[in-house]
Amino acid sequence: MKTISQVSIFIENTKGRLANVCGLLGDNNINIKALTIAETPEFGILRVVLNDTEKAKKVLKENGFIAKIAPVVAVEVSDTPGGLAKALKVLADNDINLEYMYGFVEKASEKALMVLKFDNVEKAIDILQKNNVSIVDDKVALGL
Amino acid sequence: MIYNEAIECASRENLKNLQSERLVKVVKYIYDNSPVYKQKFNKLGITPTDIKSIDDITKLPFTPKEDLRDSYPFGLFSTDIKNVAEIHVSSGTTGNPTVVGYTKRDLNLWANVAARSIACAGGKRGDIIQISYGYGLFTGGLGLHYGALRLGATIIPAATGQTKRQIKLMQDFKPRIIACTPSYILYLAEEMKALGVDPRTSSWEVGIFGSEPWSIAMRDTIDKTLNMKATDIYGLSEICGPGVAQECTAREGLHIWSDFFYPEIIDPVTNQPVPEGQPGELVITTLTKQAIPLIRYRTRDIVAITYETCKCGRTVPRLSKIKGRTDDMIVVRGINVFPTQIEHALLQVDGALPNYQLIVDREDGSLDKLEVLVEVDEKFFTDELQALENIKATIKRAIDSTIGLGVNVRLVEPKTLARTEGKSKRVIDKRNLH
Ligand SMILES: [Zn+2]
Repeated sequence: MKTISQVSIFIENTKGRLANVCGLLGDNNINIKALTIAETPEFGILRVVLNDTEKAKKVLKENGFIAKIAPVVAVEVSDTPGGLAKALKVLADNDINLEYMYGFVEKASEKALMVLKFDNVEKAIDILQKNNVSIVDDKVALGL
Repeated sequence: MIYNEAIECASRENLKNLQSERLVKVVKYIYDNSPVYKQKFNKLGITPTDIKSIDDITKLPFTPKEDLRDSYPFGLFSTDIKNVAEIHVSSGTTGNPTVVGYTKRDLNLWANVAARSIACAGGKRGDIIQISYGYGLFTGGLGLHYGALRLGATIIPAATGQTKRQIKLMQDFKPRIIACTPSYILYLAEEMKALGVDPRTSSWEVGIFGSEPWSIAMRDTIDKTLNMKATDIYGLSEICGPGVAQECTAREGLHIWSDFFYPEIIDPVTNQPVPEGQPGELVITTLTKQAIPLIRYRTRDIVAITYETCKCGRTVPRLSKIKGRTDDMIVVRGINVFPTQIEHALLQVDGALPNYQLIVDREDGSLDKLEVLVEVDEKFFTDELQALENIKATIKRAIDSTIGLGVNVRLVEPKTLARTEGKSKRVIDKRNLH
């Protein structure tokens, strides 16, 4: 598997709502590996990479959250100046549309682990591999 | 000033005789001229000869609003369209709007009752009146216009909107009377403050406010803020438009012009009359109309009635302010909004109906606000913020164009809307109307 699963959750932009979701996942022993939030003044989309997506899906649904699963790519970049820029340049040079990206909470190695979301994930993986950008599978990324 | 003392202060007996005479006449007229009514009479096994006095009115069939819709456009008219001088239209739930027509005689009647109403509010011949109701298909503007013309007032047909200009018209022409919706007058007051004009210095002494329900607390606020006397006017296009009933300066109920519009108050469930003073659905029979006379029209407005002589000397009965509606229709800025209209709009967006809720609110000194909460559901949730914003905008456009009013749409999490027995409460009215 070259992709990992990302869970997107709709949340209202009210006080404590983010904490509620994180708390719910924690209570069910689901670890958040990576997290970002896109928001407007009224609502937001919480995007997370979890160690147990299937379980999370079930727990969220039972608690009335709307969630969607999408494939994303986890990429290792050297945690030095220019490490990320190199990977981004590869994508730009090949006309790959990167929708957004964010970082993992913990580092698995000396390298930084990034989550990348593409509209055309197959093509993106192909280009990244051809240019020797290190793609990490779910076992490594999620520490399974 | 009492515009028509002979009628407005008539003895109960004289008024009743007039009502009886008119009912007998109008029932025969309708029976002979409206196939729809003839069929309704036949179904009940009655003919015009069964109606001998106003007390026989309970033998007659009701006319629900649906009858008007189902017979769109002219099916319920009792006269050929070529005899109709003017037509007005109000928006409906889904499907057909409501069409009403006036012969020249009906327009004359309308001018009379509207003139009575303006006088009842405290207006008189020679006053300048600023009419800031919508002119056009809506009956508000033209109804007051005809009445003011009949009374002999000087009319500023300001219509709605252009608030700064409204204020300038007031400052330059010094009208003594203003007619508009109650929320609009408070909005005008706020705008005046923003422009550095003290609302208490306005030339308006008398306000004729209607077409949306409003409370006595709001009346006090208007009185105080603008140093004027705010009165309530009642009307509905099906019956005539504004001028069916009007508060006098004693402001202890709205005088209903029952020589033309005969009121009954019934229990909306059992259809039986309720005792004097008890709230019930207002049912009106038009006693003299030609184009579209209606028998026992169900207004769906909940009011109480009193027949006691008023402090002002008028003997015609008085209605309380509207206490509610028999259905959950909401009136926002003078426009009827039905939950079914919102559903209709939401269905256009997605094909499936998401859970929704309407919240009506009114902040001090501003217009009514309608907020539509829509629960995000599996089908339209996407991972992209922009896509969600687009859905929100699409929903807003669909609703705005359906109801003809700007709403605020808010996307909310599933199950956030309060539910009673599995169904969410569709309308939450936060306005303090009662
Ligand atoms: Zn009175």
